Amino acid sequence: MTVTQPQFRAAIFDPAEPVPASLLDGLGQPAGRRFNVYRNNVAVSLTEAMHTAFPIITKLLGPANMGGLAGLFLRAHPPASPLMMHYGEEFPAYLADLPQLAHLGYLPDIARLELAMRRAYHAADATPIDADALAAIPPEDLGDTRFMLAPAVQILRSDWPIHDIWQFNTVSDAPKPRAIAQDVLITRPEFDPVPAPLPPGGAACLLALQGGQRLHAALERAQPEADAFDFGPVLGLLLQGGAITQLTVKD
Amino acid sequence: MSNTTKVLAIAATVAAAVAAQATTATAQAKEKCYGVSLAGENDCAAGPGTTCAGTSTVDYQGNAWTLVDNGTCAEIDLPAMADGTARAGSLEPLERDLPA
Amino acid sequence: MPDASHSFDHLPQGVGVGYKPQHFQALCDDPGPVTWLEIHAENYMGDGGRPLAQLRHLSARFPVSVHGVGLSIGGEGPLDPEHLSRLKRLVDWLNPASFSEHLAWSTHDGAFLNDLLPLPYTADKRDQVAAHIDQVQQTLGRQMLLENPSSYFAFAESTVSEPDFLHQIVQKTGCGLLLDVNNVFVSATNLGFSPQDYIDAFPLDHVGEIHLGGHDDDTDDHGAPLLIDSHGREVADPVWALLDYVLARTGSRPVLVEWDTDVPDWPVLAAEAARADTALGVQVG
Repeated sequence: MTVTQPQFRAAIFDPAEPVPASLLDGLGQPAGRRFNVYRNNVAVSLTEAMHTAFPIITKLLGPANMGGLAGLFLRAHPPASPLMMHYGEEFPAYLADLPQLAHLGYLPDIARLELAMRRAYHAADATPIDADALAAIPPEDLGDTRFMLAPAVQILRSDWPIHDIWQFNTVSDAPKPRAIAQDVLITRPEFDPVPAPLPPGGAACLLALQGGQRLHAALERAQPEADAFDFGPVLGLLLQGGAITQLTVKD
Repeated sequence: MSNTTKVLAIAATVAAAVAAQATTATAQAKEKCYGVSLAGENDCAAGPGTTCAGTSTVDYQGNAWTLVDNGTCAEIDLPAMADGTARAGSLEPLERDLPA
Repeated sequence: MPDASHSFDHLPQGVGVGYKPQHFQALCDDPGPVTWLEIHAENYMGDGGRPLAQLRHLSARFPVSVHGVGLSIGGEGPLDPEHLSRLKRLVDWLNPASFSEHLAWSTHDGAFLNDLLPLPYTADKRDQVAAHIDQVQQTLGRQMLLENPSSYFAFAESTVSEPDFLHQIVQKTGCGLLLDVNNVFVSATNLGFSPQDYIDAFPLDHVGEIHLGGHDDDTDDHGAPLLIDSHGREVADPVWALLDYVLARTGSRPVLVEWDTDVPDWPVLAAEAARADTALGVQVG
């Protein structure tokens, strides 16, 4: 009479499964609800991890709803890695597929924003360039310059006001989210990720820069989305966020 | 825009951004090594005994959604967006049961 | 990130605490009786940012024990090579004073269950666990300590006692042991054996570290006491008594206080550390 680890795991995730018969108390009687210690620990610890990982989704839905949703999610998607810091990668897609939350179309993108904030938090450290290094580049070479961005930099595109929704749930007295589409840049000046809304064209430009394209090519990427795209505010966000780690003019 | 004009425009933009940065950088408070943690953590503690979440499968089936708390989504009212569907922020009952 | 720089190559025979980020400032200001820290390996396997910055700062001042909670050494399948290489990266970077893991499994078939799950004590399992420990020790290039689990039930197929099982693994692998005194008390209560008998049978010569933690009270289907290893409150009085019983036989050892859920403000944890320091002081005096 033995119990394999697959059987053990199945019984943990499905309380309707019988407790494996070879598990006994100290008197040789069936373990019964002693087995629930593990059922509870797995479910509760993963549920808590989801609350910690997605604080804005938790606020949007309410903690009890989030707990119930996490109970379903953790059984559909148990962690693929022992690193709880990255748990929930599948959550945006899971939310997008839930018919009962279809009327809250912004939820998947908010979950993506929260995942990106955590990626930024745990990303490798990098020393930003001094702004003077940028000023020292001859004007005629600027267009040919490549910008290496810090590993913490995250660029998100959304059809929803994800920055407004983030702010509404994190800053007291923040205004209600406007009905606009918002792209977001996340930088990590020291240790705390900072999300900022990007102007139209900003995300296209930054994604091109992040992909290794030269500045003039990146600016061209912004044109279809913004006729008179102004790189200034976007560059300001990068510099404030310590997001540029290297400038390459000639290569 | 001619190439020369483009070059000058980019240079002016960069110079202005660098100048603005020089004033904000010094004003910005340096984060300390301590501060809030932004992640779920691993630990080796056991959970809350023999009765609760791990032994309940039906909490979030059917109409259970409406029986519990509502979050801030109820305060957010966003009109038609990218896909043209009208949206409102209240939770509605499930129309079908979910597998446990 | 540059390697953490320090000069600690072993844990002191004093009191440590499980490190929680909310205690960072208190530990920097006045650690009281605390002379070393233990971290959970998995929380420091990110690429950078605040967790590693804090750890680098603390490791210059305190000897650090890396305590893994996700390697699944008791797993039926092979160790996760990605996880093992993450662990090696952390250990190479930090060069900790000690590395320990659990006699437990948590990953099967690519799914991590985020819990320390039990295994039966059979010859097959012994060989499997020993092979995994060999692999860990070879990969890390150092000895590891293996911790005794908390038990809520027994496996019918077990053929040897837990102390004997651990002793056989020590003999096969040359690993050391981490004796969790609370786990012994929890298991003894839950399975109806004498904790002193367990300690008497335990290979105490190989104990490189001792753990203490709080437990919760519950009951089983028959109303019998069922203790839960919750790490969410003060260490219970009978566990302190059992610590004295152990220390009288081992002499001083590095002793850790664990508090993982409902983590209290620093003074509460510092008071627990002070009580452990007193127990150790009795040995010295």
